[in-house]
Amino acid sequence: MGIDMIIFTVLSAIAIAAALGVILSKNPVNSVLCMITCFVAIAGHYIMLNAQFLFVVHLIVYTGAIMVLFLFVLMMMNLNADIEPQKRNWLKYAGAISGGALLLVLVAALRDASLPAIQGGGNTEIGLVENLGKTLFTSYVVPFELSSVLFLSAMVGAVVIGKK
Amino acid sequence: MPVQYYIFLSIALFCIGIMGVLMRRNAIIIFMCIELMLNAVNLLLVAFSKMWVDAGRIDAASAQLFVFFVMVVAAAEVSVGLAIIVMMYRNTHSVDINILSRLKN
Repeated sequence: MGIDMIIFTVLSAIAIAAALGVILSKNPVNSVLCMITCFVAIAGHYIMLNAQFLFVVHLIVYTGAIMVLFLFVLMMMNLNADIEPQKRNWLKYAGAISGGALLLVLVAALRDASLPAIQGGGNTEIGLVENLGKTLFTSYVVPFELSSVLFLSAMVGAVVIGKK
Repeated sequence: MPVQYYIFLSIALFCIGIMGVLMRRNAIIIFMCIELMLNAVNLLLVAFSKMWVDAGRIDAASAQLFVFFVMVVAAAEVSVGLAIIVMMYRNTHSVDINILSRLKN
């Protein structure tokens, strides 16, 4: 069992445990904190897969911006004390069973897929900013500019909705 | 390491997200579970890009840029979605999605 296998196992265990914590904890603030843990574990996976730029972007954008935004909204609403009333318990079981059924079907379908393994060779510098920037500004200029328009419209939309 | 491990991890995270969407009724938690599903797919994309790079078939830059664009769209989506949730909270003083099932009033 190599070192990469050990790191993979530990990071996966943390990610799945934190994801379960998101959906099972009663307090929404605990859910957000579990989500941050899960995202940090996924960022660790990125760096194991030679995606250094995505690792940094994931940490900054997801754990730094998006989850803090969630935390902000949650604390602004002051939902800490209130627990959602659970009248219909069977809905919960139905959700869990259908999610588990999907898990079972997907695992059974993809268990025997013949794909090449991740050997660890290959070019390790492909995820650095230099390579990705060159590709982004040569082949993907149009999507890049379109995403700036998307951000502008999202910003305007958020302000308009929030001001009402 | 077989790429199946990454596939199973992504499936597990995705299904946990689906369970959260179906089980919880707090709109913010549901939104976070959608983010979790997006991240599961991103992780799988990066794993596949690494797999094909090691096999010497592609350059991984395009695959990683696709993940980058998914993150961009997710960030834009979160800002608008949270604004909608805040507006809903202002009108109904609750983030329970069952309130939204009746659109009148």
